[in-house]
Amino acid sequence: MSSTGKNLEAALERDKARAAQPAVPGSQTMAVVAPAVGWLIPGAGHIIQGRWIRGILLMISIVSMFVIGLMMQGKIYAFNTGDLLDMLGFVGDLGAGGLYIVSRALDLGSGAIFRATADYGTKFMIVAGLLNVIAAVDAHHIALGKKR
Amino acid sequence: MLPNIQLSHFAAALVFAIFASTVFGITQREAPKEMLRYGLYCFSLFVGGVIVAGWAMWLIKR
Repeated sequence: MSSTGKNLEAALERDKARAAQPAVPGSQTMAVVAPAVGWLIPGAGHIIQGRWIRGILLMISIVSMFVIGLMMQGKIYAFNTGDLLDMLGFVGDLGAGGLYIVSRALDLGSGAIFRATADYGTKFMIVAGLLNVIAAVDAHHIALGKKR
Repeated sequence: MLPNIQLSHFAAALVFAIFASTVFGITQREAPKEMLRYGLYCFSLFVGGVIVAGWAMWLIKR
């Protein structure tokens, strides 16, 4: 094998080893803490890792989407074992973390749906929860060093 | 407790597209420039999809 081939192979091995290791010491703890905090407070998983702008943008997007859903008189799903779509709705809403907990505690989003836009509100809150899960997973990847 | 708002179908779709694109852009790309580009790409797909679906439904209805 030529020296260029060997160099390339060595570089690939180094990349693989680097990807397998945490980016900074202590990031294994961060890999657990960041997604948990990010789930509880949207965007906070990025903020505690110094990604302020990303964290704030995520927070604004997810919180706004959830609150607009509530203002459109959307419904928040409680834990249930009934219809499959209701169960999936609960899973989606639960993804919003702290927003879901606070809304349930304040008994928000429990009214009956009379308008089409209220149904959109329900979907807004479910999607906000799902986007929050994506953001929490992203925070986990940053802590592991898989993403900058 | 919270004020009620009533968005039109299109306004709701636009609001949805803005926030979802922001999250997709930030989480699915690494560099800020790529994030912005991907966010705009997602936004255009969302809004474009709404417009295409709207016209498709109008044609079906006729």
